[in-house]
Amino acid sequence: MTDAGTHQATKSIVVEREMPHSPEKIWRALTTSALIADWLMENDFEAEPGRKFQFRAKPMPGWKGITNCEVTELDPPNRLAYRWGDGTESDSGLRTLVTWTLTPTPGGTLVRMEQSGFRPEDEAGYQGMSGGWPHILAGLERVAGGL
Amino acid sequence: MDAASDLLFRTLGDPTRRALFERLAAGEALTVRALTEHSGVSQPAVSKHLSVLRRAGLVEGRAAGRETHYRARAEGLKPLLGWMARYAEFWEARFDALEDLLKRMDQ
Repeated sequence: MTDAGTHQATKSIVVEREMPHSPEKIWRALTTSALIADWLMENDFEAEPGRKFQFRAKPMPGWKGITNCEVTELDPPNRLAYRWGDGTESDSGLRTLVTWTLTPTPGGTLVRMEQSGFRPEDEAGYQGMSGGWPHILAGLERVAGGL
Repeated sequence: MDAASDLLFRTLGDPTRRALFERLAAGEALTVRALTEHSGVSQPAVSKHLSVLRRAGLVEGRAAGRETHYRARAEGLKPLLGWMARYAEFWEARFDALEDLLKRMDQ
């Protein structure tokens, strides 16, 4: 799901899911380095405001395998935000902000992740292509989307 | 542009190859013989295009008797998707992994 972002000309990805667990338990999974490594990526995260840390994974074409991050907001067990990418790790110069919001519900917790700060050129994987390419690729993406 | 995208663009930049890929992507696996019919190119040319598509990860072949059946690998197009599409997919998978971890954690 994608939403229009709060800043003009940038966009966000929002993923929301209700989970049958307490906010405190989910907060631990989101802020304990060894647990983050289990579901997200290897990291040297520490729950301190201003903490600089890295996520590490196998490099991919266009990405060095490291994402530089910095904790910008820490409000246990409700809200956590970190900068995701400082523009040096990928060909694209991606710089985004990841914000986690935990809201208690009768059945558990609504977990919301918003990754904001995508520029228009991050939306298309074929920026700079001229001619019929965007049209052709839009058709091919529909094929890929069916997988 | 990264190397993976570059290879895909060069591969699909050829109209005959693109037509072959689109035909396979539209449906069932086909043999070189079936693909050659109505393609307007020779069977050896179709075979050559298929091997280029195969190297780019866009097509896979499965031997059935004396013939090989080719099918499209649409996931081969993933490097062409933008960062937003790639991250949307990434986070859905991470949410699944988070739920899996929460089930294994103590209260």
